[in-house]
Amino acid sequence: MLDWLADVDWSDIWQNTLDTLTMLGGSTLFTLILGLPIGILLYMTRRGQLLEQPVVYWVLSVVVNVLRSVPFIILMILVIPVTKFLVGTSLGVRGTIPPLVIGAAPFFARLVETSLREVDRGVVEAAQSMGASKWQIIRRVLLPEARPGLIAGITITAVTLVGYTAMSGAIGGGGLGDLAIRYGYYRFETTVMIITVIILLILVQILQMIGDRLVRHYSRK
Amino acid sequence: MIKLSGIRKDYQAGRGTITALDTLNLEVGRGEIFGVIGHSGAGKSTLIRTINLLERPTDGTVHIDGIELTALNGRRLQQERSNIGMIFQHFNLLSSATVAENIAFPLSLSKAPRAEIERRVRELVGLVGLEGQENKYPAQLSGGQKQRVGIARALATNPKVLLCDEATSALDPQTTKSILSLLLEINRELGITIVLITHEMAVIRSICDRVAVLDGGRIVESGAVADVFLKPQHPTTREFVAQTEDAADARLIDTDDSKPRDRTRIRVTFVGEQTYEPVLYETMRDTGVPFIILQGTVSRLKETPYGQLVLELKGSGEETERAVLALRNRGLDVEVMDHA
Ligand SMILES: Nc1ncnc2c1ncn2[C@@H]1O[C@H](COP(=O)(O)OP(=O)(O)OP(=O)(O)O)[C@@H](O)[C@H]1O
Ligand SMILES: [Mg+2]
Repeated sequence: MLDWLADVDWSDIWQNTLDTLTMLGGSTLFTLILGLPIGILLYMTRRGQLLEQPVVYWVLSVVVNVLRSVPFIILMILVIPVTKFLVGTSLGVRGTIPPLVIGAAPFFARLVETSLREVDRGVVEAAQSMGASKWQIIRRVLLPEARPGLIAGITITAVTLVGYTAMSGAIGGGGLGDLAIRYGYYRFETTVMIITVIILLILVQILQMIGDRLVRHYSRK
Repeated sequence: MIKLSGIRKDYQAGRGTITALDTLNLEVGRGEIFGVIGHSGAGKSTLIRTINLLERPTDGTVHIDGIELTALNGRRLQQERSNIGMIFQHFNLLSSATVAENIAFPLSLSKAPRAEIERRVRELVGLVGLEGQENKYPAQLSGGQKQRVGIARALATNPKVLLCDEATSALDPQTTKSILSLLLEINRELGITIVLITHEMAVIRSICDRVAVLDGGRIVESGAVADVFLKPQHPTTREFVAQTEDAADARLIDTDDSKPRDRTRIRVTFVGEQTYEPVLYETMRDTGVPFIILQGTVSRLKETPYGQLVLELKGSGEETERAVLALRNRGLDVEVMDHA
């Protein structure tokens, strides 16, 4: 009955799943490391905020918008030189991480900025009245108060990155996206393609579930 | 304790500027409870936020306990701010922190030792009456309880001054009362100078020693609460006094045009111990002038009893003048409202 599954090369699928997980983990990690400070800076330098710096805000904002408006598939090709410079290759698992980060970090930075803006100004003001420094306000007020929003943002970013990793298969990035294209598109072996899609779907479901749980756990309102 | 000199605050609004505070001077003595009352938009919040420099004035200086805050910047200003506690209309607690963590917050900012923080938090929780609520989050508390957390947090660093920005405006009358008496208790026991702003005269009269009336960014009237409350001069002040339910309702007496010619209306005010003496009865008996009471209030301002009566005296100008003089001689404040 399961004959049609017999031909499937499971070790190939397993290997590519691992590759996808590595790409996803690595790119999410670096996206957070890069995007969080940019998001904080966007929030802080905005007009009326603690570090009000209209020029810095404007420059940052334009860069973020430009990177966000370029379709990811084109961005990937455009940044090949940067990728080669950073990790020595534009292929394989390593080669996909820089474009994924460059594509997702601006997106995440905006999400960070938005969740920080949701923090009650009055609470920031109360901290100021107690003599908190700007750094303390970020660390002790803004980030903890925005935690549920930030976790939701991380979840959305990770889910988006699942899609991006699949896309990066197109230019030889490897992983499940690569597999789906190789079998499904070039060889018309739909089974493998369907399995790939199911695995990606499960991945997205798991990420979303964990994210939602954490958001619920940290929501105090 | 607090001295504001020549404070001016301009806001840029579109093409024009709004002057929220206009060359304002204010002095608050040590240990005093000072009230600022004004309508919405009068500049109350701007004024109180100027005291701890949350809002830097366009012009003028702020001195707290002899230190010129307006001359400070950065770290020095942050340090000085720990001498000034502040509580807010909407409490402004950290929603992600428990009651105990909120109270500990200002102490942890200055990196106080853990044991010291725990001891102080216990003490403060007791002071504001929140025993057993330490591990709750603000969302699980009532408004009054949240303000108690706010007060405990503001007192954590042992400030010399406590600023209250409409601290009871979001609370029901019962809770307002309990928060006000907590503030009074804190003022008495810890000797903290309190500045509070409000749009309710009832708040001023229940705990303030002195009051300033703010209108259009200027102080239009100020003085001891008894003086301002019993003899309001400025129209804005009169409006606020009229708000309080037991203040004489002027309409009752002003609309009466059928007053006989041989009658004189006077307003008699007595404050303190006089309230309990039969002064009025004795004087009127001695002078033999009959009178009727058109209106009367006997109440208290903070702890001071007072009374204010509007009387109509019957008799010739000479007779009534004698009665007025006799009342004044007994130390009552008498204002002749009109002559026959
Ligand atoms: N950040 C700001 N930018 C521009 N204008 C402001 C700003 N803050 C206050 N104002 C203006 O300054 C004036 C005084 O405002 P303020 O908030 O001090 O009034 P308030 O007496 O506290 O009023 P309320 O009782 O409504 O709180 C108002 O006209 C207000 O519009
Ligand atoms: Mg206000």
